[in-house]
Amino acid sequence: MDLVISQLLTGLSIASILMLVALGLAIIYGVTGVINLAHGEFVMLGAYCAWFLQSQFGLGLIASLIPIFLILALFGWVIETLVIRHLYNRPLDTILATWGIGVMAQQLIRLTAGGELRYVEMPAALSRSVSVFGASESAYRLFILALALALFAVTWYLYRYTSFGLKLRAVTQNRDIASSFGVNSGRIYRATFAYGAGIAGLAGALVSPLKSVSPEMGTTYVVDAFMVVVLGGAQSLFGTVASSGILGELSAFLAFHSNDTIAKAVVLLAIVVLIRFRPQGLFSTRVRA
Amino acid sequence: MTTRRKFLTGTAALGAASLGGFPHIWSKNSMLARAADGQIKVGVLFSLTGTTAIIEESLHKATLLAIEEINAAGGANGMEIVPVVEDPASDPATFAEKARKLVLSDRCVSVFGAYTSASRKAVLPVFEKRDNLFWYPTLYEGRECSKNVIYTGAVPNQQQDDFIPWLVENFGKRWYLIGSNYIYPKEENNYCKKLLAELGAEVVDEEYVPLGHSEFSSVINKLKAEKPDVIFSTVVGDSVVALHRQYHAAGLDPETMPMASLTTSENEVAAMGADAAAGHFTSAPYFMVWDSPENQKFVEAYRSRWGGDKVTHFVSEPSYFQIQLFKQAVEKLAPSDIDPVNIREALKGEQYQAPQGLVKVEPENLHTWLRPKIGRCKSDGQFEILKQSADWLGPDPYKAYPGQLCTAEGLKEA
Repeated sequence: MDLVISQLLTGLSIASILMLVALGLAIIYGVTGVINLAHGEFVMLGAYCAWFLQSQFGLGLIASLIPIFLILALFGWVIETLVIRHLYNRPLDTILATWGIGVMAQQLIRLTAGGELRYVEMPAALSRSVSVFGASESAYRLFILALALALFAVTWYLYRYTSFGLKLRAVTQNRDIASSFGVNSGRIYRATFAYGAGIAGLAGALVSPLKSVSPEMGTTYVVDAFMVVVLGGAQSLFGTVASSGILGELSAFLAFHSNDTIAKAVVLLAIVVLIRFRPQGLFSTRVRA
Repeated sequence: MTTRRKFLTGTAALGAASLGGFPHIWSKNSMLARAADGQIKVGVLFSLTGTTAIIEESLHKATLLAIEEINAAGGANGMEIVPVVEDPASDPATFAEKARKLVLSDRCVSVFGAYTSASRKAVLPVFEKRDNLFWYPTLYEGRECSKNVIYTGAVPNQQQDDFIPWLVENFGKRWYLIGSNYIYPKEENNYCKKLLAELGAEVVDEEYVPLGHSEFSSVINKLKAEKPDVIFSTVVGDSVVALHRQYHAAGLDPETMPMASLTTSENEVAAMGADAAAGHFTSAPYFMVWDSPENQKFVEAYRSRWGGDKVTHFVSEPSYFQIQLFKQAVEKLAPSDIDPVNIREALKGEQYQAPQGLVKVEPENLHTWLRPKIGRCKSDGQFEILKQSADWLGPDPYKAYPGQLCTAEGLKEA
């Protein structure tokens, strides 16, 4: 019995990391339609911020979460202003531009922080395991799970119940009409991009104590994030949650009963088959073009 | 066309060179000799960019340090060793291309480089075709027999022969094997299983994760369910860091379920944090804490050259001492005879007092006699050496394959 629970918890833990990483991408893509290939590097920069704040200022991980969100949001804001703003409605060019930004970010980190692997210390209070219904689970993984859900709730609240969210939904549906009703769509886009970048940074900071921090770490995360977004459907926030849940539990199940190599291959295959029959993803809200 | 003036300047230059102390410049083939003008060119082929640059950078630095030390002390055979540095960018195809450049257009007499097996396999044909010499400092899976490669890292029998029986005796007979999914871990596990079978131990699971894998929660669930006595890990790169950190976060205890690794060096420990590494075991011929005058000198020189926070480890040490072996081989040769084949012949049986202890190049298979040690990681990020092999241990790259033997004439089927 505790094996089943511990399997479920493992699945949830994988899912929470997937969701953290994918949430920023889903928001940016869902609202602005920009396919942000630099998303993995936003995650990487978040992890490096955590490392920098910890090693230079002795700031613990939890205390540095808000500064990291703000730094990355600012970074996203600047990128949007300098580059992305000029490339809306040119999807191919944005892919190239964001990819280039990603490469530059990687090399920038390599030149300033160096190529070696870095590490971020886990908060002492969370570096133990706790018992959940008889199954022991790492306290830090549960913390990530809780925080991922909280972040989703905040995002959902912003999206659904604030005037910013209302404008955001209007712009998502039809930018021109929304503009003609006085919505400053440029500013909405910029804020969305900054928010998405900030969340990606948080994701990077949160996974850094469990994984390694290196200039190339973003590459794997961007693939995972795209898988989640493609499966969940681009415009749907709930789709992102549901699809990370499905992918997390599925990988955990397959990895336990065969191994991680098989799990990865089967999950990818399942997504390929699925988008053949449902190209819009599992959950998608109807949007007028 | 040779004009009188050109002829005169030419002879003047040669005369000056002979006065400068290179009498052999007059001997046969002097214009064709690889070592000319008091310089020997060697290639240095470690990735400075790309995914494995993290570790290869330290090998590059150890190599350059050794070359600088030799040149400062008067060079090899009175000649300056000139490193020609190329960056193969962690890509096997680029490795082959750069190796070709070093051998053909720079006319290097030897190339030092590579970390991954994939990159070594990629450059191998270049050196075999041109009969040049490649020096490979990394521990690797064995099962290779080339007369154009000098292997200064450990092969499976050198890391495992002492390690596995010691672990079985101290921890028990239920083993869990985990590795990254490629040739190196599979060959190591192959040999490990052979040893375990002889010792009557049991493999409860053997698992491979994709290269670069960083999500080990399912593996940790299996560890919790199986409760093995020893986890034998040949996971490489970033995955080592992720595995240790997640093991630590899950609250598993190295006292009862230690990880025994062939790939966790001071370098990986620095990246994962000492708290996650403490209590686990590694087998290697070299540890940074090894107490010898040569090692003290090496560590001090490395840190004063490249930074006080840098670590030396079991791949950077061979990168360092193989240059010294190169120097010794070159010094046995007349400058006109310096070419890759003669260097190889001069190298056979050559010994050097390395930081790890006295090492020797095996004449038959061009691997190196090393001095394996077992270390346990402490909470300060350094290893405590628990056991060292009584004598040096010979390399046998085909030990897991009883029918095969690597000899100077090539691979022999028994």
